[in-house]
Amino acid sequence: MDYSQFFALKQEIALLIVFLLVFLYDTFMPQRSGKGLPVVATLLMLVITVGGFFTCFLGTGDVAAFAGMYVSSPAITAIKCILNVGVVIVLIQSIRWADTDMMIMRRGEFYELLLVTLFGMYLMISSRHFLLFIIGLESASLPLAAMVALDKNRYESSEAAIKYILTAVFSSAVFMMGLSFVYALSGSLYFQSIYYSMFGQHSTLLCIAIAFVIAGMGFKLSLVPFHLWTADVYQGAPTSVTSYLSVISKGAAAFAFMVILAQCFGAVYHNIWEWMMYVLIILTITVGNLFAIRQKNMKRFLAFSSVSQAGYIMLGIIAYNAMGAGAMMYYILVYIFSNLGAFGVIQAIENATGKLSMDDYRGLYKTNPRLSVAMMLAMFSLAGIPPFAGFFSKFFIFTGAINQGSIPIYILVLIALINTIVSLYYYLLVVKAMFISPDEPVIPEFKSSLSERLGMWICVAGILFLGLVSPIYDWLLDVSAPLQSLFM
Amino acid sequence: MRITTMEIRLIWWLIPTLIMFCCGVYGFITRKNMIAILISLELMLNAVDVNFALFNRYLFPGDTEGMFFTLFAIAIAAAETALAIAIIINIFRQVRNVDVQGLNTMKF
Repeated sequence: MDYSQFFALKQEIALLIVFLLVFLYDTFMPQRSGKGLPVVATLLMLVITVGGFFTCFLGTGDVAAFAGMYVSSPAITAIKCILNVGVVIVLIQSIRWADTDMMIMRRGEFYELLLVTLFGMYLMISSRHFLLFIIGLESASLPLAAMVALDKNRYESSEAAIKYILTAVFSSAVFMMGLSFVYALSGSLYFQSIYYSMFGQHSTLLCIAIAFVIAGMGFKLSLVPFHLWTADVYQGAPTSVTSYLSVISKGAAAFAFMVILAQCFGAVYHNIWEWMMYVLIILTITVGNLFAIRQKNMKRFLAFSSVSQAGYIMLGIIAYNAMGAGAMMYYILVYIFSNLGAFGVIQAIENATGKLSMDDYRGLYKTNPRLSVAMMLAMFSLAGIPPFAGFFSKFFIFTGAINQGSIPIYILVLIALINTIVSLYYYLLVVKAMFISPDEPVIPEFKSSLSERLGMWICVAGILFLGLVSPIYDWLLDVSAPLQSLFM
Repeated sequence: MRITTMEIRLIWWLIPTLIMFCCGVYGFITRKNMIAILISLELMLNAVDVNFALFNRYLFPGDTEGMFFTLFAIAIAAAETALAIAIIINIFRQVRNVDVQGLNTMKF
């Protein structure tokens, strides 16, 4: 066996080293230095994020390992770097929560489980064989259930965890059933061999197989007929875990989904899965928006908002060209900053006062002007109002989709555009409650901790500058250009 | 000594696995007890395992990819059961039953 191929797994190995260091620190350091654990984990994660960007810009090119089961390319390195950035922000925002009494005993577990799920997502993104993919998928979703259940004394946390694990396992069973049919039709589990054996096929079994695969991944991404777990899990989980679940896990699954659809089933794009995805996207965006309007709990509200955002991310897949892929990566990056900005504010308020309802946010501007402005920017970015990053990400993903060029996709983009206006309504409800509502403020003035403020400043900077600093989008478009070979 | 065996056609193996899978889905939707739901999930996962082994044995007897997938899938199923049981125990400690009807503090 050629051991030099392990060098292809640079980012995975770096992440494993971070995991081992955090684990050793947690196990062997004396109790009183446990305070340092959140900071140590955040700094280590920051180091490999910076290292990841270096490998990205030095240009590693395409590498493959383990007989082509694992591949890495500039686009894959880039999406992993984007996920790393998101994880660093999540870790910074969770420092204060990790120091609460409830978490003193368990914060080691939080960091270890988080790093393991990130490792699973790396494998999902890089794998080109379904065996490796399933292992990545499961190691990304099973520890997440344990993270959701972390708040052991709160009943909602366990309830959310059992709902999450049952739907996750159900979806992976459906997914693997689809895979078994794909295996029967093609005789291999390599993405490439499946692709070549699909040419000209149009059997009922293939339709069922692809429907099962799309349903299984749809559960992970919370696309609409499969989204029922989302709101409950987001509400019940500790807020740090919710923010991790809503951006990192979703971004990784979206990219992996694109790779599967394009690289395995690309040959049957027009006759089979294009129509399935049209239906899913329209349902996801519309139903997500309609349900978000009536939510009063901030975490549930953001859950439905993230359902509809997942629909927009799927536009990058249906575009089926390199520009769509680049726009999707950009969308994920911007979505990480905007959504984490909103969760940062929610978390700061929850840590200080324990309030989560939208009614409690009335008149927040009078007592905590900075928090309200940060929340307002996040909402504007999520809704896609022009000078902020969210507008540009939506613009590029619509452009990518329209470049595909058929009449149905124009209609699809039109529906998505109309839904953007609907989403504006409920995002502005929050802003209205904070700024315009004449009622007496419910939340008293408080000072958020240094880590929370740092996390919010990073998110606000991202929201303001990501859209205006065009080299970032150019870079993502550059690295995703070679992906055009996927969409043939 | 040579034993002549009658080869059973693939379809007669596939019908039981599909029935098993559908029973799993039915049980997942209708059962009230969380442990029973977990058993239904196991039925579905086992149907998948058997399917992979069958397709490998009948359609592609030359390679072992499907068999290896089955092995890994069994390990994954074991991991998820352990985790789900741990969470169910956690719920049981708090409300003293394992009924799914109790899981209604968050809805809509």
